[in-house]
Amino acid sequence: MTNPMHVETDVLVIGSGGAGMYAAIEAARGGAQVLLADRSLIGRGGATVMAQMTVAVALGSETPDHWTHHLHDTLEAGRGLCDESLSRLLCEEGPDCIRQMDAWGVGWARRDDGRIAATAAPGHDRPRCVYVDFLNTGPAVSKTLRTVVNKTPGIRKAGDLFITDLACHDGEVVGATALHLTSGAPVTVAAKATIVATGGLTRLYRRNSASANMGGDGYALALRAGAPLIDMEFVQFFPIGHLAPRLIGMDPIMWDPFRYKLGGRLLNGLGQEFTSRYGSNEDGAYVLTRDRATYAIVKEVEAGRGSPHGGAYLSFAHLSEAELRAAFGPVIDRLAKNSIDLTRMPVEVAPIAHYHMGGVAADARMETEIPGLLVAGEAVGGANGANRLSGNAVTEALVFGRRAGRSAAERVARMKAQPFRQQAARAALDLVAADGVADGPNSADMIVRLQAIMADDVGPFRTADKLARAIAAIDGLARDLGERPFGDGSRFDMRRIDWFDLRNMLLVARVVAQAALRRTESRGAHQREDFPGMLPEWRVNQMVRWRDGRIDLNSAPPAQGLAAAQ
Amino acid sequence: MTESARLARLKVWRGLDAQAGHFETFAVPFEPGQSVLDGLRWIRANRDPTLAIRFSCINANACKECMMEIDGATLYACTERLEEREMTVMPLSNKPLVRDLVTEIAPPAERFGKA
Repeated sequence: MTNPMHVETDVLVIGSGGAGMYAAIEAARGGAQVLLADRSLIGRGGATVMAQMTVAVALGSETPDHWTHHLHDTLEAGRGLCDESLSRLLCEEGPDCIRQMDAWGVGWARRDDGRIAATAAPGHDRPRCVYVDFLNTGPAVSKTLRTVVNKTPGIRKAGDLFITDLACHDGEVVGATALHLTSGAPVTVAAKATIVATGGLTRLYRRNSASANMGGDGYALALRAGAPLIDMEFVQFFPIGHLAPRLIGMDPIMWDPFRYKLGGRLLNGLGQEFTSRYGSNEDGAYVLTRDRATYAIVKEVEAGRGSPHGGAYLSFAHLSEAELRAAFGPVIDRLAKNSIDLTRMPVEVAPIAHYHMGGVAADARMETEIPGLLVAGEAVGGANGANRLSGNAVTEALVFGRRAGRSAAERVARMKAQPFRQQAARAALDLVAADGVADGPNSADMIVRLQAIMADDVGPFRTADKLARAIAAIDGLARDLGERPFGDGSRFDMRRIDWFDLRNMLLVARVVAQAALRRTESRGAHQREDFPGMLPEWRVNQMVRWRDGRIDLNSAPPAQGLAAAQ
Repeated sequence: MTESARLARLKVWRGLDAQAGHFETFAVPFEPGQSVLDGLRWIRANRDPTLAIRFSCINANACKECMMEIDGATLYACTERLEEREMTVMPLSNKPLVRDLVTEIAPPAERFGKA
């Protein structure tokens, strides 16, 4: 183990996806010195770079629109649980962020007359979703933000820096402790403001659509630092994640833009259209919301009418090669390399963990209950309630990132001195630098086992029995993990990295399962087979706190109405 | 030969010192369509969790982290197909070695402690 290193900054941003990069840019523009940390490469991980589809925003470039219409749809999708101040922020400031991205050269797809193109998506009352062709929305957004980050003075970049704990002093967050992966060095960071922009928790599930670095670490960091989490039971499953044949070099959610542009037909294993049996007739158009489509596919498979790999067929065989090529150009060649010819064969799709509605509770300044701790992007809970509308994820990454960066810079401007004390990082530093456990279980296999538990028993459809079984299994894995890190802490020590990942993943998995067990109703993305139907008394958010080493759950009414939205 | 008996063999460079490494060969269950990264992840979960590899996006070729030398060519492990034969996997020879298949691939300005 090498000696600890110490760095000081005004603003520490944890995570360099879309939200983290925008936060860093805005904090630096506000006059703060920024350390932009990521556990992997800067601006390459997280969810934004993976987003191949669309961004919802009331630009009104093609059809007249107003952010209040977007807000109405967002609240509708959220099934009564949205924090309306956050939803409003997302919808109201979305257009400004999208125009800023346009000015930075992201390259939104345009019509021949130069207007930014907007497409229709399920749950939106009009065409409202902008994109970059072909399947390039997320990569283009990431690349644009990377370029601006590189040009903005005052941002230091720190790749391969795995933040293990936040440092707290006098009830405030004053920085963090980290493991520098490529050297093995323990690190302390002093910061006047810390922004958690670590994304969601989809890595907890066996099949997921996001980067492997999204294991809920920001939730665990915030929870251990004393900040409450909200709506943790609401995990969004993307209904038509690619299942078969094996496809490489493409993201599993890629079929969504195909459906936006071309419709396509969802068929069961017998080749029959089936969504009408679950109350949603498609007629070739793509109107089915994510929760309903997930339900229809899972139920069809349970009834023995699934496709060979346990999903549904998605067919574009009614379209010609020319129509496909006009819509997706070079993507058709990439499919051909995977031996997929859409004019001749359907693909198989199935629900896949995609997004997490819950997260760290924050106000519309992106400040948490703990002074010095802010949050941005998917890591924020509350804006999307019980179910996120398609297209809102990149919008919230940009809007919430920008707002968090501004708020952090304002806090820094008010502060005279660095509040950090080495004592605040002592316990976390001891853990990072600990002599580890040489033998012990296979840490990579433990992650695989956790993903299986979550997929099988804490998936889209839940029962008390399954959730209780999951909690017992998670607790078993936590016992196997123990209190001392695996590995020896030398450079790129995979067992130690897994240990710190599992420490976060197991805590967050237990929170999700426990919140799901307590919510005895079905709402949005949380479906209890033993409690079907939405209950008025459950129109409440569940708040999660970490008290004396245990998870504490409470209900609170959502912040709603005009008061919240102003 | 049954489906389950089909194997790929990955001959993997291991070590912390570029001048003093060694190879270890792992037999990996083979399914048509898998990537080399799938094989390396299988090794970690089933044979040796200490094998150092880096990747974020797993499958989409978005993160660009899993670049390595496969049979002497510089390729992404997530888009290179696993084959039913022996394949040699080494770290990038033109980048500083960190460990096993992990090299220092970030531009200097994006590394902690350099900027």
